[in-house]
This record gives sequence, structure tokens and C-alpha cells, in this order.
Amino acid sequence: MTFNYVIKDEVGIHARPAGELVKKAKELSSRVTVSCNGKSADATKLMALMSLGVKKDMEVTVTVEGDNAEADGAQMKVFFEANL
Amino acid sequence: MEQFQGKSIFNGIAIGRILFYSKNQKQVKRTKIEDVEAEIVRYEQARETAISQLNMLHEKAAAEVGEVNAQIFEVHAMMLADEDYNDSVLNMIRQQEVNAEYAVAATGDNFAEMFENMEDEYFRARAIDIKDISERLLNVLTGGESGGNIGDEPVIIVAEDLAPSETVQMDKDKLLSFVTRLGSSNSHTAILARTMNIPALIGVQIQESWNGKMAVVDGYHGVLYVNPTDEVLEKMQKRQDEDKAKRELLQKLKGKDDVTKSGQAIRLYANIGNVSDLASVLQNDAAGIGLFRSEFIYLESGDYPTEEEQFKIYKQVAETMAGKKVIIRTLDIGADKQVDYFQMEHEENPAMGYRAIRICLTRQEIFKTQLRALFRASAYGNIAIMYPMIISVDEVQQIKQIVEKVKKELDEADIRYGKVEQGIMIETPAAAVISDLLAKEVDFFSIGTNDLTQYMLAIDRQNSKLDNFYDAHHEAVLRMIQTVVDNAHAAGIWAGICGELGADMTLTDKFLDMGVDELSVSPAFVLPMREIIRNHG
Repeated sequence: MTFNYVIKDEVGIHARPAGELVKKAKELSSRVTVSCNGKSADATKLMALMSLGVKKDMEVTVTVEGDNAEADGAQMKVFFEANL
Repeated sequence: MEQFQGKSIFNGIAIGRILFYSKNQKQVKRTKIEDVEAEIVRYEQARETAISQLNMLHEKAAAEVGEVNAQIFEVHAMMLADEDYNDSVLNMIRQQEVNAEYAVAATGDNFAEMFENMEDEYFRARAIDIKDISERLLNVLTGGESGGNIGDEPVIIVAEDLAPSETVQMDKDKLLSFVTRLGSSNSHTAILARTMNIPALIGVQIQESWNGKMAVVDGYHGVLYVNPTDEVLEKMQKRQDEDKAKRELLQKLKGKDDVTKSGQAIRLYANIGNVSDLASVLQNDAAGIGLFRSEFIYLESGDYPTEEEQFKIYKQVAETMAGKKVIIRTLDIGADKQVDYFQMEHEENPAMGYRAIRICLTRQEIFKTQLRALFRASAYGNIAIMYPMIISVDEVQQIKQIVEKVKKELDEADIRYGKVEQGIMIETPAAAVISDLLAKEVDFFSIGTNDLTQYMLAIDRQNSKLDNFYDAHHEAVLRMIQTVVDNAHAAGIWAGICGELGADMTLTDKFLDMGVDELSVSPAFVLPMREIIRNHG
């Protein structure tokens, strides 16, 4: 499954929430990818995520793949809304 | 004496000797290794040690400078757990059969470079985090000490750049100031300087030859003086003493209620003219904002500011004040405050002309845009709205109708807003005289003494020839204030003063006796006023 999300956090996907995202993504069995501006990063990789340079008001596409994609995707959505 | 300009990231004065801090630059040699697997084990162990060091630093920093500043070490630990970083190191060891030190140094450089080339300042600043974790791994691998030892005497630290792990390990009692060539106002060192209340400069062209020299850091002007003259030293010493007295007052009065000895509670608020003033509101511990002059949004803009632009600013102020009262005055331009794009005609007597609420009531689209932004922002804090230059009950009723329209539109669009107190400025003699009638229409009064005095005495404040005739304490003005306060109380609403007179400390006792409920003053006056209020019988 795939969803789009516009970043609300003042400094974007910065160190702290990126760290939280990595933790969350590692809990899930699905493969989570975050894409923005033609670049994409595996959500379990902190530096790759940060190097996307995602700032406030930018739209990211989150792709969740795997047997559990629907449920994991819903969890990811909740995470983005609460943290980013 | 030499003088160097930099960018200040925290105000204050520091006087002391310079310690030129250079990292123990490790010369990392590339060596070919025989046993690849053993080298990988060596790296993995170093990584574990580094992570446990970071966990300890996290605890130390949380205790010393607070969890927010300490979080960086948790992030560093996560960076060390990053797969890409580790894969890069492990690959180099395997493929090139090189020592772990070299693989770490090369990987660190590559990743740091990736961030250094990013567009956004915040992300660029992360390069130093990568260097910091790589440095830490190198220190563990080579058995060296990581930085932080700055000796026994208090010093001004001058460095190319400082990593968070270095600053946090420095003995806080020995730190007078930071001066660096690199770094940004977003860097952790900058945040730390702010938390520790020590002046800090960045962007200074530093020189190693300064080591051991006397220096002054003037954080107010972003200037570093090396080998200062006696004159500069004396001046800075005086400024430092003033700061110290202020800090002591703050220590003594911060968090204290604004209540007189007899139990009369006063709302002691701050006046601000820009979002950048918020920091000083918080530093001086005002109980709220009594006058937020929204004009700056219009004055700084090249065209009518949009609802969205305004909303963001009001929301930021409301959120920063975290539930404390924020009274925002609607557009008050005209007279001495002119904005080109409003295309106002020349007036013979602008102080009595087309200004403030008069513009808002004739050009309602401008007014409605501001009101919508204000109501939307009210969902994020405790916003109150105040209307300037009122002379009649009719005006207030017109405003209330427009407000109802705005609220209805927001309801229809399903946009939420909070409960908003609405008040008026009492700054015309007309409003003061009929304040009994006006009090039935609004939630509060705020007396604007600057205009009220000039209109009552018929003295133009801009004309210096009239200074001899001007009496800020004129009995007519004081009686008028008493009338307004009494009328407010009779109708069950509160009345405050937000003009210059409010901060006139020779009148504070009088205002308290008059029953004034609120005083809104420049942030710097809040604590001295608090002292007077708390000593009032």
C-alpha cells in the first residue's frame, strides 16, 4: 500500500523523528520506503532518511510492501500524523 | 586591541582568557591487515563501546542541560547503528583489507560530505554529527581520550567548530563563552550556549595565536575583542555587572506571582512588536502578552499579508506562550505608521485621520482577513483581540457584526477556533468619557496612554517645541484613567494600561490604588515592576 503525506514538523524529517521512524519501521515486518523529490530511502536507515532533506510542507510518498502491508501501512500513517 | 565581527547566538558579555581548542587530530594511517574477520570483530566491539559511551553521555547531559539538549546523544547512538554507515565500514575492511580506523575515517568523510552538500541549513549542520560519531569510534579504536579537558581556569573557548560531545564533556563552571569559525545557529553547541546562558559567537575568523590572550566577547553586538583596551574592558565590565544584577532580580522574582502585600493580584503582561520579541517575554517571565502590535506584519510586507501568513504568526505566538493570554491588537496603521501598498492619501492631520479601526471598518476585506487568521490561531492558545482607536458604541457593534460573520464562515467551513475575549483600546477622550456604555459591549479595556494624553492635552508628541507644555502626569489624564477603571469594574470587566505610562514606575503604586487590573510593559520592565507590585502595601 502507498500513501502521501505533507510534512508538518517545523524542521522536516530531522534527526530526532527520523530516529523514531527507524525504530518504528524496524518493528514492522513490511518493507517501508519513503520517497520525496525523486529520491527514496528505506525507512530503517537513519542517514538515508535524513539525506532526503525533507522539509516542512514537502510531500512524501510512503510505500509499504509485504504480507502485512495493510496493517503496517495503517500504523505508519498513524506514526506520520503523530510525529511528523 | 583587535576587534573581530561574528554572528551572535546568545547575548551577554564574557571576559577572560582564550583557550584555543583543537581536536586531537588523529593521523589515520591506512594499513593492510591480514585477518579481516578479527578486524571486523575489533570494529564491532568499538561500536558497542561507543554506543554505551553515548548512552552515558545522554544521561549526563539530561541531568545537566535537560532532556531536549541531551537527545542528540540518543540520535548519535542510532547513527552508529545505521546500516548504511556500518555496511560502508565493513565493506571497506573486507574489500580493501584495510584497518578499521581507516574504514571509519573514510566512511565518516563520505557521509559528512553528503550532508555538507545539502541545500537546507539544518541538514547541512548534521555533517558535524557524522564527524562526531566517527571521531568517537576512532578514539575507541586507538584507545585515545575524547576531548573535553579545558583546564582549571574559566576560559573563552575558541575553536574551528565544536561537536556536541565535546561541549557536553567540558566542565560547565569553566566555560565563559564559545567562539567558533564554523557552526550555525541551529547547531547543538548554539542550543547549548542558550541553555547555559553564556554568550557565543559563530563565523569569526579565528587565529591559533590568540591562545592565552585576554579577550572580551560581546554577545550583544557579535564582537570579539582580543587584547582589549582598559576602556573597552571597563565598559564591558559595567555591562556585565548590569546583566548580573538583572539575572539576580530574575532569580529572585522569576515564577513569583504579581500580587501586592494586601493580596491584590495584577496581570503583568508584556508589549511586543514582533515575533522575535517572544524570547525576551519568556526570559523576563511576563504572565502574558498585553499588546501584540500586529502592524509589523503589514509594515514588513510588500503587499497585503495573506490570511495564511498572518495565521502562522499568530499561531506561533499563541503556541509559544503556551496557554498564557496573548492580546493581539488589530491593524493600527495610519498617522506615523504608513504602508505604501495601502495607497493612503496625504492628510493634513494624520493623528486624527484615516487610521486604525477606521481603515478596517471601511475596507472590511482587510479586516476580515486579519480576523479569520486571528480566530483560526485561537485554537492553538489563549488569544484575545483588541480594537484600536474606538470612539463610539456604534463602531463596536459594527465590529461585532463582522466578527459574527467571520465566525459563521469558519463554522461553515468546519474550521475550529477557541474562545476569544474581545476588548478595545481606550485611547480617545470620547471612548474614555463613554466608557460606561462601551463596557457593556466588550470583555476588557486597555488604556493607550500615549494617544489618550496627546488628544486630551492637544499636544502633538512629535513636536519637540511643545515639550515644556507636555505633562505626562497631567491630572486630567489620571482622572480619566480612574473613570475608565471604575466604569469597567461597574460592568464587571477588567481594565489595563498598555501605553508608556503603564511602565512609569513612579505611578505604579498609584495605579494599584486606582484598581488597575493589568499593566502591559516592555519585556525589560516586567521584573522591576514585579518588585514594586510585590512591595505594594
